[in-house]
Amino acid sequence: MTATRAERGRRARTGVGVVLTAVMLFPVYWMVNVSLTPTADMRHDPPFVVPVHATLDGYRTVLDQQLPYLGTSLLVGLGTVLLTLAVAAPAGYSLAKLRPRGGPVLAFALLLAQMIPGIIMGIGLYAVYLSLGYLNTLPGLVVADSTIAVPFGVLLFTSFMRGIPDELLQAAKVDGAGHLRTFASVVLPVSRNAIVTVSLFSFLWAWSDFIFATTLDAGGDHQPITLGIYHYIGNNNQEWNAIMATAVVASVPAAVLLVVAQRFVAAGVTGGAVKE
Amino acid sequence: MTRTATTRTAGDRAGTSAREVPARPAAPVYRARSSQWAAWGFAAPVTVYLVAFYAYPLLRNLDLSVRNYTVRSFVQGGAQFSGLDNLRAVVTSPTFGPALTNTVVFTVTSLVFQFTIGLALALFFQHHFPLSGTLRALFLVPWLLPLIVSSSTWAWMLNSDSGVVNYALGLLGVDPVHWLTSPQWSLPSVIIANIWIGIPFNLVVLYSGLQAIPAELHEAAAIDGANARQRFWRVTFPLLRPVSAITLLLGLVYTLKVFDIIWVMTKGGPGDSSTTLTTWSYRKSFGSLLPQFGPGAAISNLLIVMALVAGLLYVRSAGREAGA
Repeated sequence: MTATRAERGRRARTGVGVVLTAVMLFPVYWMVNVSLTPTADMRHDPPFVVPVHATLDGYRTVLDQQLPYLGTSLLVGLGTVLLTLAVAAPAGYSLAKLRPRGGPVLAFALLLAQMIPGIIMGIGLYAVYLSLGYLNTLPGLVVADSTIAVPFGVLLFTSFMRGIPDELLQAAKVDGAGHLRTFASVVLPVSRNAIVTVSLFSFLWAWSDFIFATTLDAGGDHQPITLGIYHYIGNNNQEWNAIMATAVVASVPAAVLLVVAQRFVAAGVTGGAVKE
Repeated sequence: MTRTATTRTAGDRAGTSAREVPARPAAPVYRARSSQWAAWGFAAPVTVYLVAFYAYPLLRNLDLSVRNYTVRSFVQGGAQFSGLDNLRAVVTSPTFGPALTNTVVFTVTSLVFQFTIGLALALFFQHHFPLSGTLRALFLVPWLLPLIVSSSTWAWMLNSDSGVVNYALGLLGVDPVHWLTSPQWSLPSVIIANIWIGIPFNLVVLYSGLQAIPAELHEAAAIDGANARQRFWRVTFPLLRPVSAITLLLGLVYTLKVFDIIWVMTKGGPGDSSTTLTTWSYRKSFGSLLPQFGPGAAISNLLIVMALVAGLLYVRSAGREAGA
Protein backbone atom coordinates (compact mmCIF):
# COMPACT_ATOMS: atom_id res chain seq x y z
CA MET A 1 0.00 0.00 0.00
CA THR A 2 2.65 2.47 1.04
CA ALA A 3 4.84 1.40 -1.85
CA THR A 4 2.13 2.14 -4.37
CA ARG A 5 1.45 5.48 -2.75
CA ALA A 6 5.12 6.39 -3.03
CA GLU A 7 5.04 5.22 -6.62
CA ARG A 8 2.01 7.35 -7.30
CA GLY A 9 3.78 10.34 -5.71
CA ARG A 10 6.72 9.87 -8.02
CA ARG A 11 4.45 9.65 -11.05
CA ALA A 12 2.65 12.81 -9.96
CA ARG A 13 5.97 14.59 -9.70
CA THR A 14 6.85 13.51 -13.21
CA GLY A 15 3.54 14.95 -14.38
CA VAL A 16 4.19 18.26 -12.65
CA GLY A 17 7.75 18.27 -13.97
CA VAL A 18 6.60 17.77 -17.54
CA VAL A 19 4.13 20.64 -17.22
CA LEU A 20 6.76 22.96 -15.72
CA THR A 21 9.24 22.08 -18.45
CA ALA A 22 6.60 22.67 -21.11
CA VAL A 23 5.85 26.12 -19.69
CA MET A 24 9.54 26.94 -19.50
CA LEU A 25 10.23 25.80 -23.04
CA PHE A 26 7.15 27.40 -24.56
CA PRO A 27 9.16 30.27 -26.12
CA VAL A 28 11.41 27.71 -27.80
CA TYR A 29 8.37 25.88 -29.14
CA TRP A 30 6.93 29.16 -30.32
CA MET A 31 10.11 30.01 -32.16
CA VAL A 32 9.91 26.72 -34.07
CA ASN A 33 6.19 27.18 -34.66
CA VAL A 34 6.59 30.67 -36.09
CA SER A 35 9.52 29.54 -38.23
CA LEU A 36 7.16 27.11 -39.99
CA THR A 37 4.24 29.51 -40.32
CA PRO A 38 3.57 30.97 -43.79
CA THR A 39 3.82 34.75 -44.01
CA ALA A 40 0.11 34.99 -44.82
CA ASP A 41 -0.78 33.38 -41.48
CA MET A 42 1.70 35.40 -39.46
CA ARG A 43 -0.75 37.99 -38.21
CA HIS A 44 -3.72 35.68 -38.18
CA ASP A 45 -6.07 36.14 -35.26
CA PRO A 46 -6.11 33.83 -33.34
CA PRO A 47 -2.50 32.78 -33.94
CA PHE A 48 -2.00 29.20 -35.10
CA VAL A 49 -0.83 27.30 -32.05
CA VAL A 50 0.40 24.47 -34.26
CA PRO A 51 1.74 25.14 -37.74
CA VAL A 52 -1.26 23.76 -39.66
CA HIS A 53 -0.06 25.23 -42.95
CA ALA A 54 3.55 24.38 -42.24
CA THR A 55 5.98 25.73 -44.79
CA LEU A 56 9.73 25.63 -45.15
CA ASP A 57 9.80 29.04 -46.83
CA GLY A 58 11.54 30.53 -43.81
CA TYR A 59 14.27 27.91 -43.97
CA ARG A 60 14.63 28.36 -47.71
CA THR A 61 15.28 32.04 -47.05
CA VAL A 62 17.91 31.06 -44.50
CA LEU A 63 19.64 28.91 -47.09
CA ASP A 64 19.47 31.71 -49.63
CA GLN A 65 20.63 34.56 -47.44
CA GLN A 66 22.21 33.41 -44.22
CA LEU A 67 24.79 30.81 -45.23
CA PRO A 68 27.71 33.27 -45.35
CA TYR A 69 26.80 34.50 -41.86
CA LEU A 70 26.67 30.94 -40.57
CA GLY A 71 30.03 30.18 -42.16
CA THR A 72 31.57 33.23 -40.53
CA SER A 73 30.19 32.23 -37.15
CA LEU A 74 31.59 28.73 -37.57
CA LEU A 75 35.04 30.10 -38.43
CA VAL A 76 35.01 32.62 -35.61
CA GLY A 77 33.82 29.94 -33.17
CA LEU A 78 36.57 27.51 -34.14
CA GLY A 79 39.21 30.23 -34.04
CA THR A 80 38.04 31.25 -30.59
CA VAL A 81 38.25 27.66 -29.37
CA LEU A 82 41.84 27.32 -30.60
CA LEU A 83 42.99 30.63 -29.15
CA THR A 84 41.25 29.96 -25.83
CA LEU A 85 42.78 26.50 -25.47
CA ALA A 86 46.22 27.72 -26.45
CA VAL A 87 46.17 30.41 -23.79
CA ALA A 88 44.18 28.72 -21.05
CA ALA A 89 45.52 25.16 -20.91
CA PRO A 90 49.19 26.01 -20.19
CA ALA A 91 48.08 28.64 -17.69
CA GLY A 92 45.90 26.08 -15.92
CA TYR A 93 48.82 23.67 -15.74
CA SER A 94 51.06 26.34 -14.33
CA LEU A 95 48.59 27.50 -11.69
CA ALA A 96 47.60 23.98 -10.72
CA LYS A 97 50.94 22.24 -10.62
CA LEU A 98 53.93 24.54 -11.00
CA ARG A 99 53.10 27.13 -8.35
CA PRO A 100 54.42 30.27 -10.02
CA ARG A 101 55.33 32.95 -7.51
CA GLY A 102 52.48 35.45 -7.77
CA GLY A 103 50.13 32.77 -9.09
CA PRO A 104 47.29 33.74 -6.72
CA VAL A 105 47.50 37.32 -8.02
CA LEU A 106 47.15 36.02 -11.57
CA ALA A 107 44.17 33.87 -10.60
CA PHE A 108 42.58 36.84 -8.88
CA ALA A 109 43.10 39.01 -11.96
CA LEU A 110 41.35 36.36 -14.05
CA LEU A 111 38.46 36.26 -11.63
CA LEU A 112 38.04 40.03 -11.89
CA ALA A 113 38.43 39.91 -15.68
CA GLN A 114 35.38 37.66 -15.77
CA MET A 115 33.31 40.39 -14.12
CA ILE A 116 33.97 43.15 -16.64
CA PRO A 117 30.84 43.91 -18.66
CA GLY A 118 31.16 43.24 -22.39
CA ILE A 119 30.21 46.77 -23.40
CA ILE A 120 33.30 48.13 -21.65
CA MET A 121 35.54 45.65 -23.43
CA GLY A 122 33.71 46.53 -26.62
CA ILE A 123 34.43 50.25 -26.35
CA GLY A 124 38.04 49.67 -25.26
CA LEU A 125 38.75 47.15 -28.01
CA TYR A 126 37.07 49.42 -30.55
CA ALA A 127 39.54 52.18 -29.68
CA VAL A 128 42.48 49.77 -29.84
CA TYR A 129 41.37 48.12 -33.08
CA LEU A 130 40.69 51.45 -34.71
CA SER A 131 44.30 52.52 -34.31
CA LEU A 132 45.64 49.08 -35.28
CA GLY A 133 43.29 48.59 -38.23
CA TYR A 134 41.69 45.44 -36.83
CA LEU A 135 38.11 46.68 -37.02
CA ASN A 136 35.82 44.51 -39.17
CA THR A 137 38.33 41.67 -39.35
CA LEU A 138 37.80 38.08 -38.33
CA PRO A 139 40.99 37.78 -36.25
CA GLY A 140 39.89 40.88 -34.37
CA LEU A 141 36.54 39.31 -33.64
CA VAL A 142 38.16 36.03 -32.60
CA VAL A 143 40.39 37.79 -30.10
CA ALA A 144 37.45 39.78 -28.71
CA ASP A 145 35.26 36.68 -28.41
CA SER A 146 38.03 34.79 -26.68
CA THR A 147 38.04 37.35 -23.87
CA ILE A 148 34.68 35.91 -22.80
CA ALA A 149 36.12 32.41 -22.49
CA VAL A 150 39.77 32.72 -21.45
CA PRO A 151 39.28 33.55 -17.75
CA PHE A 152 36.68 30.81 -17.45
CA GLY A 153 38.99 28.42 -19.29
CA VAL A 154 41.99 29.06 -17.07
CA LEU A 155 39.96 28.68 -13.90
CA LEU A 156 38.38 25.45 -15.14
CA PHE A 157 41.70 23.99 -16.29
CA THR A 158 43.30 24.94 -12.99
CA SER A 159 40.70 23.21 -10.86
CA PHE A 160 40.68 20.19 -13.13
CA MET A 161 44.45 19.80 -13.38
CA ARG A 162 44.80 20.15 -9.64
CA GLY A 163 43.14 16.73 -9.52
CA ILE A 164 45.91 15.08 -11.56
CA PRO A 165 47.98 12.93 -9.19
CA ASP A 166 51.45 14.34 -8.61
CA GLU A 167 52.85 10.80 -8.92
CA LEU A 168 51.87 10.79 -12.58
CA LEU A 169 53.87 13.94 -13.28
CA GLN A 170 56.71 12.68 -11.11
CA ALA A 171 56.83 9.45 -13.11
CA ALA A 172 57.09 11.40 -16.35
CA LYS A 173 59.95 13.39 -14.89
CA VAL A 174 61.74 10.22 -13.81
CA ASP A 175 61.39 8.98 -17.37
CA GLY A 176 63.30 12.05 -18.44
CA ALA A 177 60.42 14.16 -19.75
CA GLY A 178 60.84 17.91 -19.50
CA HIS A 179 58.03 20.30 -18.59
CA LEU A 180 56.85 20.69 -22.17
CA ARG A 181 56.90 16.97 -22.80
CA THR A 182 55.05 16.26 -19.55
CA PHE A 183 52.46 18.87 -20.44
CA ALA A 184 51.92 17.58 -23.95
CA SER A 185 51.96 13.84 -23.37
CA VAL A 186 50.68 13.47 -19.81
CA VAL A 187 48.74 16.52 -18.65
CA LEU A 188 46.79 17.28 -21.81
CA PRO A 189 45.66 13.69 -22.51
CA VAL A 190 44.31 13.18 -18.99
CA SER A 191 42.61 16.59 -19.12
CA ARG A 192 40.38 15.55 -22.00
CA ASN A 193 37.18 16.37 -20.14
CA ALA A 194 38.34 19.86 -19.28
CA ILE A 195 39.43 20.44 -22.87
CA VAL A 196 36.01 19.35 -24.13
CA THR A 197 34.18 21.57 -21.65
CA VAL A 198 36.28 24.65 -22.39
CA SER A 199 36.04 24.05 -26.15
CA LEU A 200 32.28 23.64 -26.06
CA PHE A 201 31.71 26.77 -24.07
CA SER A 202 34.16 28.97 -25.90
CA PHE A 203 32.56 27.88 -29.16
CA LEU A 204 29.06 28.49 -27.88
CA TRP A 205 29.90 31.91 -26.48
CA ALA A 206 31.68 33.01 -29.63
CA TRP A 207 28.80 31.69 -31.72
CA SER A 208 26.27 33.55 -29.55
CA ASP A 209 28.20 36.77 -29.21
CA PHE A 210 26.36 39.85 -30.33
CA ILE A 211 27.97 42.70 -28.43
CA PHE A 212 31.48 42.33 -29.90
CA ALA A 213 30.06 41.61 -33.33
CA THR A 214 28.01 44.78 -33.33
CA THR A 215 30.74 46.99 -31.89
CA LEU A 216 33.77 45.60 -33.74
CA ASP A 217 32.43 43.98 -36.91
CA ALA A 218 29.28 45.89 -37.83
CA GLY A 219 30.86 47.20 -41.02
CA GLY A 220 32.66 44.00 -41.95
CA ASP A 221 32.36 42.00 -45.12
CA HIS A 222 32.12 38.84 -43.07
CA GLN A 223 29.59 39.08 -40.29
CA PRO A 224 28.43 36.41 -37.83
CA ILE A 225 24.94 34.97 -37.65
CA THR A 226 23.95 37.09 -34.65
CA LEU A 227 24.30 40.17 -36.85
CA GLY A 228 22.43 38.31 -39.59
CA ILE A 229 19.45 37.97 -37.27
CA TYR A 230 19.83 41.53 -36.05
CA HIS A 231 19.75 42.96 -39.59
CA TYR A 232 16.70 40.82 -40.31
CA ILE A 233 14.81 42.27 -37.37
CA GLY A 234 15.74 45.75 -38.47
CA ASN A 235 15.02 45.36 -42.16
CA ASN A 236 12.05 43.20 -42.99
CA ASN A 237 9.86 43.35 -39.97
CA GLN A 238 7.19 41.24 -41.67
CA GLU A 239 9.05 38.04 -42.44
CA TRP A 240 9.04 36.61 -38.98
CA ASN A 241 9.17 33.05 -40.27
CA ALA A 242 12.54 33.80 -41.84
CA ILE A 243 13.75 35.53 -38.68
CA MET A 244 12.63 32.65 -36.50
CA ALA A 245 14.01 30.06 -38.93
CA THR A 246 17.38 31.78 -38.66
CA ALA A 247 16.99 31.76 -34.90
CA VAL A 248 16.28 28.02 -34.96
CA VAL A 249 19.34 27.38 -37.09
CA ALA A 250 21.43 29.61 -34.82
CA SER A 251 20.27 27.50 -31.87
CA VAL A 252 21.57 24.26 -33.35
CA PRO A 253 24.98 24.39 -31.60
CA ALA A 254 23.23 24.84 -28.26
CA ALA A 255 20.98 21.87 -28.95
CA VAL A 256 23.89 19.70 -30.06
CA LEU A 257 25.78 20.70 -26.96
CA LEU A 258 22.92 19.74 -24.71
CA VAL A 259 22.37 16.36 -26.33
CA VAL A 260 26.00 15.37 -26.81
CA ALA A 261 27.61 16.85 -23.76
CA GLN A 262 25.07 17.34 -21.03
CA ARG A 263 27.42 16.43 -18.21
CA PHE A 264 29.97 18.92 -19.49
CA VAL A 265 27.31 21.59 -19.61
CA ALA A 266 26.47 21.19 -15.94
CA ALA A 267 30.19 21.44 -15.16
CA GLY A 268 30.33 24.63 -17.19
CA VAL A 269 27.33 26.28 -15.55
CA THR A 270 28.67 25.66 -12.07
CA GLY A 271 32.21 26.35 -13.22
CA GLY A 272 33.79 28.80 -10.84
CA ALA A 273 30.64 29.04 -8.79
CA VAL A 274 30.39 26.22 -6.29
CA LYS A 275 32.33 23.27 -5.16
CA GLU A 276 30.65 19.92 -5.54
CA MET B 1 28.85 13.60 -5.85
CA THR B 2 31.98 11.91 -6.97
CA ARG B 3 32.82 14.01 -9.97
CA THR B 4 36.52 14.62 -9.92
CA ALA B 5 36.56 18.00 -11.57
CA THR B 6 35.83 20.14 -8.58
CA THR B 7 34.69 23.27 -10.25
CA ARG B 8 36.04 25.57 -7.65
CA THR B 9 37.58 28.88 -8.50
CA ALA B 10 41.28 29.01 -8.33
CA GLY B 11 41.96 32.35 -6.71
CA ASP B 12 41.31 31.56 -3.10
CA ARG B 13 42.55 28.02 -3.29
CA ALA B 14 46.04 28.45 -4.61
CA GLY B 15 47.25 29.68 -1.27
CA THR B 16 45.65 27.00 0.87
CA SER B 17 46.51 24.04 -1.32
CA ALA B 18 50.16 24.95 -1.26
CA ARG B 19 50.05 24.62 2.50
CA GLU B 20 48.08 21.40 2.49
CA VAL B 21 50.59 19.55 0.37
CA PRO B 22 52.94 17.51 2.53
CA ALA B 23 56.44 18.92 2.54
CA ARG B 24 58.50 17.54 -0.30
CA PRO B 25 62.10 16.56 0.13
CA ALA B 26 64.01 19.82 -0.11
CA ALA B 27 64.91 20.43 -3.73
CA PRO B 28 68.21 22.03 -4.63
CA VAL B 29 67.95 25.77 -5.06
CA TYR B 30 68.74 25.72 -8.77
CA ARG B 31 65.87 23.31 -9.32
CA ALA B 32 63.47 25.67 -7.56
CA ARG B 33 64.64 28.56 -9.68
CA SER B 34 64.38 26.61 -12.91
CA SER B 35 60.91 25.44 -11.97
CA GLN B 36 59.88 29.06 -11.43
CA TRP B 37 61.04 29.71 -14.98
CA ALA B 38 58.93 26.83 -16.20
CA ALA B 39 55.95 27.93 -14.13
CA TRP B 40 56.01 31.40 -15.60
CA GLY B 41 56.78 30.04 -19.03
CA PHE B 42 53.47 28.25 -18.99
CA ALA B 43 51.72 31.22 -17.45
CA ALA B 44 53.31 33.69 -19.88
CA PRO B 45 50.72 33.45 -22.68
CA VAL B 46 47.83 34.25 -20.39
CA THR B 47 49.77 37.06 -18.72
CA VAL B 48 50.56 38.67 -22.05
CA TYR B 49 46.98 38.05 -23.10
CA LEU B 50 45.57 39.76 -20.00
CA VAL B 51 47.79 42.78 -20.48
CA ALA B 52 47.16 43.13 -24.21
CA PHE B 53 43.47 42.28 -24.42
CA TYR B 54 42.16 43.28 -21.02
CA ALA B 55 44.38 45.83 -19.33
CA TYR B 56 45.22 47.81 -22.44
CA PRO B 57 41.62 48.15 -23.77
CA LEU B 58 40.48 49.10 -20.28
CA LEU B 59 43.18 51.72 -20.16
CA ARG B 60 42.07 53.06 -23.53
CA ASN B 61 38.55 53.13 -22.22
CA LEU B 62 39.68 55.15 -19.22
CA ASP B 63 41.60 57.47 -21.53
CA LEU B 64 38.51 57.96 -23.69
CA SER B 65 36.50 58.96 -20.66
CA VAL B 66 38.81 61.80 -19.64
CA ARG B 67 39.29 63.37 -23.07
CA ASN B 68 37.12 65.41 -25.31
CA TYR B 69 36.98 63.15 -28.33
CA THR B 70 35.35 64.01 -31.59
CA VAL B 71 35.03 61.63 -34.51
CA ARG B 72 38.01 63.37 -36.03
CA SER B 73 40.32 63.26 -33.03
CA PHE B 74 39.20 59.70 -32.38
CA VAL B 75 40.79 58.68 -35.63
CA GLN B 76 43.70 61.11 -35.75
CA GLY B 77 44.48 61.47 -32.08
CA GLY B 78 45.19 64.68 -30.22
CA ALA B 79 41.97 64.94 -28.25
CA GLN B 80 42.12 67.41 -25.44
CA PHE B 81 42.32 66.32 -21.85
CA SER B 82 39.07 67.31 -20.21
CA GLY B 83 39.29 65.61 -16.82
CA LEU B 84 35.96 64.78 -15.32
CA ASP B 85 33.93 66.80 -17.83
CA ASN B 86 32.52 63.69 -19.49
CA LEU B 87 31.54 62.19 -16.18
CA ARG B 88 29.94 65.48 -15.12
CA ALA B 89 28.03 65.66 -18.39
CA VAL B 90 26.81 62.10 -17.91
CA VAL B 91 25.71 62.55 -14.32
CA THR B 92 23.85 65.78 -15.03
CA SER B 93 22.18 64.40 -18.15
CA PRO B 94 18.40 63.93 -17.91
CA THR B 95 18.94 60.29 -18.90
CA PHE B 96 21.16 59.56 -15.92
CA GLY B 97 18.37 59.29 -13.33
CA PRO B 98 16.15 56.95 -15.38
CA ALA B 99 19.12 54.86 -16.53
CA LEU B 100 20.37 54.35 -13.00
CA THR B 101 16.90 53.60 -11.64
CA ASN B 102 16.19 51.21 -14.50
CA THR B 103 19.50 49.44 -13.94
CA VAL B 104 18.69 48.93 -10.27
CA VAL B 105 15.08 47.88 -10.91
CA PHE B 106 16.12 45.58 -13.75
CA THR B 107 18.86 43.95 -11.70
CA VAL B 108 17.02 43.57 -8.40
CA THR B 109 13.74 42.36 -9.89
CA SER B 110 15.51 39.90 -12.17
CA LEU B 111 17.60 38.51 -9.31
CA VAL B 112 14.67 38.13 -6.91
CA PHE B 113 12.55 36.21 -9.42
CA GLN B 114 15.37 34.16 -10.92
CA PHE B 115 16.55 33.11 -7.50
CA THR B 116 13.12 32.31 -6.07
CA ILE B 117 11.97 30.37 -9.09
CA GLY B 118 15.36 28.68 -9.45
CA LEU B 119 15.31 27.61 -5.79
CA ALA B 120 11.74 26.33 -6.00
CA LEU B 121 12.65 24.27 -9.07
CA ALA B 122 15.86 23.01 -7.44
CA LEU B 123 13.84 21.81 -4.42
CA PHE B 124 11.35 20.20 -6.77
CA PHE B 125 14.01 18.38 -8.78
CA GLN B 126 15.78 17.24 -5.63
CA HIS B 127 13.23 14.44 -5.36
CA HIS B 128 14.20 11.88 -7.90
CA PHE B 129 11.36 10.79 -10.11
CA PRO B 130 11.10 9.22 -13.53
CA LEU B 131 12.48 11.63 -16.18
CA SER B 132 13.79 14.07 -13.56
CA GLY B 133 17.29 14.12 -15.07
CA THR B 134 16.03 14.70 -18.61
CA LEU B 135 13.63 17.44 -17.59
CA ARG B 136 16.31 19.18 -15.56
CA ALA B 137 18.58 19.09 -18.61
CA LEU B 138 15.84 20.60 -20.76
CA PHE B 139 15.61 23.48 -18.32
CA LEU B 140 19.10 24.47 -19.43
CA VAL B 141 17.91 25.32 -22.94
CA PRO B 142 17.13 29.01 -22.31
CA TRP B 143 20.59 29.48 -20.85
CA LEU B 144 22.31 27.91 -23.85
CA LEU B 145 20.43 29.73 -26.60
CA PRO B 146 22.17 32.73 -28.12
CA LEU B 147 20.76 35.81 -26.41
CA ILE B 148 19.74 37.31 -29.71
CA VAL B 149 17.63 34.24 -30.42
CA SER B 150 15.83 34.46 -27.08
CA SER B 151 15.39 38.20 -27.35
CA SER B 152 13.93 38.15 -30.84
CA THR B 153 11.60 35.28 -29.90
CA TRP B 154 10.37 37.21 -26.89
CA ALA B 155 10.02 40.34 -28.98
CA TRP B 156 7.69 38.53 -31.35
CA MET B 157 5.77 36.84 -28.52
CA LEU B 158 5.24 40.23 -26.88
CA ASN B 159 4.24 41.95 -30.13
CA SER B 160 1.26 44.17 -29.40
CA ASP B 161 -0.94 43.11 -32.32
CA SER B 162 0.06 39.57 -33.21
CA GLY B 163 1.92 38.35 -30.15
CA VAL B 164 0.89 35.11 -28.49
CA VAL B 165 1.11 36.68 -25.02
CA ASN B 166 -1.55 39.26 -25.79
CA TYR B 167 -3.62 36.53 -27.40
CA ALA B 168 -3.42 34.44 -24.21
CA LEU B 169 -4.30 37.49 -22.12
CA GLY B 170 -7.24 38.10 -24.45
CA LEU B 171 -8.56 34.62 -23.67
CA LEU B 172 -8.52 35.65 -20.01
CA GLY B 173 -10.39 38.83 -20.87
CA VAL B 174 -7.40 41.16 -20.47
CA ASP B 175 -7.00 44.01 -22.92
CA PRO B 176 -3.91 43.92 -25.16
CA VAL B 177 -0.82 45.30 -23.49
CA HIS B 178 1.65 47.38 -25.49
CA TRP B 179 4.57 45.50 -24.06
CA LEU B 180 7.50 46.88 -26.00
CA THR B 181 6.04 50.14 -27.22
CA SER B 182 4.64 51.72 -24.09
CA PRO B 183 6.89 53.44 -21.52
CA GLN B 184 5.33 51.69 -18.54
CA TRP B 185 5.63 48.15 -19.94
CA SER B 186 8.95 48.18 -21.78
CA LEU B 187 11.05 47.66 -18.66
CA PRO B 188 8.84 44.84 -17.28
CA SER B 189 9.01 43.19 -20.72
CA VAL B 190 12.79 43.01 -20.82
CA ILE B 191 12.82 41.94 -17.16
CA ILE B 192 10.48 39.03 -17.96
CA ALA B 193 12.72 37.86 -20.79
CA ASN B 194 15.80 38.21 -18.60
CA ILE B 195 14.24 36.23 -15.75
CA TRP B 196 13.45 33.44 -18.19
CA ILE B 197 17.05 33.36 -19.36
CA GLY B 198 18.46 33.44 -15.82
CA ILE B 199 16.37 30.69 -14.22
CA PRO B 200 18.52 27.78 -15.51
CA PHE B 201 21.70 29.16 -13.97
CA ASN B 202 20.04 29.57 -10.59
CA LEU B 203 18.43 26.14 -10.84
CA VAL B 204 21.68 24.35 -11.64
CA VAL B 205 23.85 26.08 -9.05
CA LEU B 206 21.26 25.84 -6.28
CA TYR B 207 20.55 22.23 -7.19
CA SER B 208 24.19 21.30 -6.81
CA GLY B 209 24.21 23.23 -3.53
CA LEU B 210 21.25 21.19 -2.31
CA GLN B 211 23.02 17.97 -3.29
CA ALA B 212 25.85 18.89 -0.97
CA ILE B 213 23.57 18.98 2.09
CA PRO B 214 23.69 15.55 3.76
CA ALA B 215 20.33 13.76 3.63
CA GLU B 216 20.81 12.59 7.23
CA LEU B 217 20.21 16.13 8.45
CA HIS B 218 16.74 16.11 6.94
CA GLU B 219 16.04 12.68 8.31
CA ALA B 220 17.19 13.70 11.76
CA ALA B 221 15.01 16.80 11.64
CA ALA B 222 12.07 14.72 10.43
CA ILE B 223 12.54 12.25 13.30
CA ASP B 224 12.58 15.20 15.68
CA GLY B 225 9.14 16.05 14.37
CA ALA B 226 9.96 18.95 12.04
CA ASN B 227 7.46 19.34 9.20
CA ALA B 228 8.47 20.09 5.64
CA ARG B 229 8.23 23.86 6.07
CA GLN B 230 10.32 23.79 9.24
CA ARG B 231 12.85 21.50 7.62
CA PHE B 232 13.26 23.97 4.77
CA TRP B 233 13.58 27.11 6.87
CA ARG B 234 15.58 25.60 9.75
CA VAL B 235 17.83 23.13 7.93
CA THR B 236 17.98 23.59 4.17
CA PHE B 237 17.89 27.35 3.91
CA PRO B 238 20.61 28.12 6.50
CA LEU B 239 22.89 25.45 5.04
CA LEU B 240 22.29 26.78 1.56
CA ARG B 241 23.21 30.31 2.54
CA PRO B 242 26.79 30.33 1.24
CA VAL B 243 25.75 28.89 -2.13
CA SER B 244 22.83 31.31 -2.25
CA ALA B 245 25.14 34.23 -1.66
CA ILE B 246 27.43 33.09 -4.46
CA THR B 247 24.50 32.52 -6.81
CA LEU B 248 23.10 35.98 -6.14
CA LEU B 249 26.42 37.77 -6.45
CA LEU B 250 27.35 36.02 -9.68
CA GLY B 251 23.82 36.73 -10.87
CA LEU B 252 24.37 40.38 -10.00
CA VAL B 253 27.55 40.48 -12.05
CA TYR B 254 25.84 38.80 -15.00
CA THR B 255 22.73 40.97 -14.80
CA LEU B 256 24.70 44.22 -14.76
CA LYS B 257 26.25 43.06 -18.03
CA VAL B 258 22.96 42.44 -19.81
CA PHE B 259 22.90 44.26 -23.08
CA ASP B 260 21.67 42.07 -25.93
CA ILE B 261 18.21 41.45 -24.52
CA ILE B 262 17.33 45.08 -23.94
CA TRP B 263 18.94 46.35 -27.11
CA VAL B 264 17.23 43.82 -29.35
CA MET B 265 13.81 44.07 -27.70
CA THR B 266 13.43 47.81 -27.07
CA LYS B 267 16.74 49.59 -27.80
CA GLY B 268 16.23 51.10 -24.36
CA GLY B 269 13.05 52.84 -25.42
CA PRO B 270 10.51 54.12 -25.88
CA GLY B 271 12.22 57.29 -24.70
CA ASP B 272 14.50 56.22 -21.88
CA SER B 273 11.93 53.91 -20.32
CA SER B 274 14.04 50.76 -20.54
CA THR B 275 17.47 52.35 -20.85
CA THR B 276 20.05 50.94 -18.46
CA LEU B 277 23.62 52.12 -17.98
CA THR B 278 24.79 49.41 -20.39
CA THR B 279 22.48 50.29 -23.26
CA TRP B 280 23.00 53.99 -22.65
CA SER B 281 26.75 53.55 -22.87
CA TYR B 282 26.36 51.64 -26.13
CA ARG B 283 23.94 54.18 -27.55
CA LYS B 284 26.34 57.04 -26.81
CA SER B 285 29.32 55.26 -28.34
CA PHE B 286 27.81 53.37 -31.27
CA GLY B 287 24.12 54.11 -31.53
CA SER B 288 24.17 57.25 -33.63
CA LEU B 289 25.96 58.79 -36.55
CA LEU B 290 27.72 61.19 -34.21
CA PRO B 291 29.31 58.91 -31.65
CA GLN B 292 30.16 60.40 -28.28
CA PHE B 293 32.90 58.06 -27.15
CA GLY B 294 33.92 60.17 -24.17
CA PRO B 295 30.56 60.13 -22.39
CA GLY B 296 30.00 56.52 -23.49
CA ALA B 297 33.25 55.50 -21.87
CA ALA B 298 32.44 57.55 -18.77
CA ILE B 299 29.18 55.64 -18.34
CA SER B 300 30.98 52.36 -18.81
CA ASN B 301 33.42 53.35 -16.07
CA LEU B 302 30.49 53.74 -13.70
CA LEU B 303 29.43 50.26 -14.73
CA ILE B 304 32.82 48.78 -14.13
CA VAL B 305 32.87 50.19 -10.60
CA MET B 306 29.52 48.54 -9.91
CA ALA B 307 30.63 45.25 -11.45
CA LEU B 308 33.89 45.21 -9.51
CA VAL B 309 32.16 45.94 -6.21
CA ALA B 310 29.86 42.98 -6.89
CA GLY B 311 32.86 40.95 -8.01
CA LEU B 312 34.87 41.66 -4.89
CA LEU B 313 31.89 40.79 -2.70
CA TYR B 314 31.66 37.54 -4.62
CA VAL B 315 35.34 36.71 -4.22
CA ARG B 316 35.10 37.45 -0.52
CA SER B 317 32.07 35.29 0.01
CA ALA B 318 33.49 32.47 -2.12
CA GLY B 319 36.69 32.68 -0.10
CA ARG B 320 34.76 32.57 3.16
CA GLU B 321 32.94 29.46 1.99
CA ALA B 322 36.23 27.79 1.10
CA GLY B 323 37.62 28.65 4.51
CA ALA B 324 34.58 27.40 6.40
